[in-house]
Amino acid sequence: MRKRQNDVYSRYRRAEKTSLFLETIQRLWENPGAKVGIVLFAVIVAACVFAPVVAPYDVNETDIKNLFAGPSAAHFCGTDAMGRDLFTRLLYGGRYSLALGLCAAVFGSALGIVIGSIAGYFGGKTETLIMRLMDIWSSLPSILLCILISAVLGPGFFNTVLALSVGNVPIGVRLIRGQILAERSKEYLEAAESIKCSRISIMFRHLLPNVISPVIVDATMGIGMTITMAAALSYIGLGVQPPTPEWGAMLADARSHILNYPYLIMFPGLIIALTVLAINLIGDGLRDALDPKLRK
Amino acid sequence: MGKYILKRLLWMIVIILGTSFIIFTILYFTPGDPARMIAGGNATAEEVENLRHIMGLDQSYFQQLKTYFSDTFLHFDLGTSWVYNKPVIDEMRTRLPRTVIIGLSAMALNLAIGLLMGIFASTHEGKWQDSLTMGIAMVFISCPDFWVALMLILLLSAKLGILPSYGIGGAEYYVMPIICSAIGGIAVNARQTRASMLGVFREDYITTARAKGQRERKVVFRHMLPNALMPIITSIGNGFARIVAGSAVIESVFSVPGIGLYLLTAINARDYPVVRSCVLFFAAFTSIAMLLVDLVYAFVDPRIKAQYSSARRGGAGK
Repeated sequence: MRKRQNDVYSRYRRAEKTSLFLETIQRLWENPGAKVGIVLFAVIVAACVFAPVVAPYDVNETDIKNLFAGPSAAHFCGTDAMGRDLFTRLLYGGRYSLALGLCAAVFGSALGIVIGSIAGYFGGKTETLIMRLMDIWSSLPSILLCILISAVLGPGFFNTVLALSVGNVPIGVRLIRGQILAERSKEYLEAAESIKCSRISIMFRHLLPNVISPVIVDATMGIGMTITMAAALSYIGLGVQPPTPEWGAMLADARSHILNYPYLIMFPGLIIALTVLAINLIGDGLRDALDPKLRK
Repeated sequence: MGKYILKRLLWMIVIILGTSFIIFTILYFTPGDPARMIAGGNATAEEVENLRHIMGLDQSYFQQLKTYFSDTFLHFDLGTSWVYNKPVIDEMRTRLPRTVIIGLSAMALNLAIGLLMGIFASTHEGKWQDSLTMGIAMVFISCPDFWVALMLILLLSAKLGILPSYGIGGAEYYVMPIICSAIGGIAVNARQTRASMLGVFREDYITTARAKGQRERKVVFRHMLPNALMPIITSIGNGFARIVAGSAVIESVFSVPGIGLYLLTAINARDYPVVRSCVLFFAAFTSIAMLLVDLVYAFVDPRIKAQYSSARRGGAGK
């Protein structure tokens, strides 16, 4: 009898474990677009993380005999004005671009989640105040805000992360608040309140898991957008500066050679587009996978 | 409805004042001395001090803030550029049409193409046309616009020599900036249109329309599209604001002397009156675009209109 009870219990536990997270991953993998995205993204990330192993040259190694060498077997993507191997620099540059995108999207969304939860859960004057502040915050489109903050803070990795994430905050706040508004009067929250859960615990343990999916989708898409924005920022001379091999900075570096050596512009842009494409495919798949209407 | 508009207008003023205050404060606390930047490397300390006095930088924060607010909002004087010593408003006036022309045309282009793509995809749901259109949208959304701009310069100016690659002049100078500004929006609108078209696809009134033998073309354009358009209208304001703000990057690629490029140059030169004026313009522009869109939305959708009038009568609703 006891054994059987345990059996049922463990089966129940197993069923619970395969619940949301694994189910989402599984559904994500079944989506052909998302599968392409995941594989592509994994390849790019792996190549960038293991750049010292994968890259054929050293990142700042100059080959004076081969300035502006076109793409060939020795240099897959050619060499730049200083004879540095472009392929190698793309791999190393990916570390900056991906880290920038990831950090800024996560940081911005996290901040948005915290502020949005407070606004949504507490309601009343707190909510009004926060939402009005967000109105002012987002009265400037994010790219402009990003340019300004970046100009004020100056170059550097962390300053750029901060500048890039600032624009994402109001979006996250609005999303999570809207979700919470719809959820606020549900019974399980009343139940949690009736057993004297603290407000913090209700907010982050009971409420948040139920409202977070759209924010996850949004943050995923945000990574791609942030990578593009980071590149644009370096291109106009803010953010990460050349000679740091960030993708946008490489584009800025190659700008003056656009007519004679177009491949210097082509490859960094292509790798940005591919990365963002992979992330967007994953984001789209994630949206479908998390959509309760599509869940069986 | 009138009360709602009034409330929104008042709130818009608060937003613009708030934004100006924040920008002023941020710039005030930015490290580095603009007077030294503008005086140049070999200016004496005395000259720099003199310049600081002329620029009003030797005053306290509150005094400067007061001067700035009273000049801008009471006398409608945007000040003079520190670098060029010319009134900002004159320069803005010559530059504004370029940015607005590019913005408006890009918006029109991305709405037209985005809608068509979205309708086409949704009416072929699940077939190859759908996948192809959405695939194109996906690629559009993933390419950085300034890189597309560079690629277009390579193709259309360098290789084919059809279009000029930089500067301003006749209509041909605007073609590439408009296309590049529109590309992101095309993709967003196409995806949005497809999603909301599919959303209304299974509504009862569509079944009714089909049941009474309405032609498919009419079902799509008369019954589905107006209802599917609602969420797209809401996103227009945002999209427009983003295009105009993105002009900073696009204008710098094509060297179009518009507001965006003005702002960028001013940021690099620490020309704060220009920075403040441009930011003010962008904030005002965004707020007005949002307000107009909300009003259009309310007028187009009878449900929302009813909501406002009932809110006025009953005092309920948000």
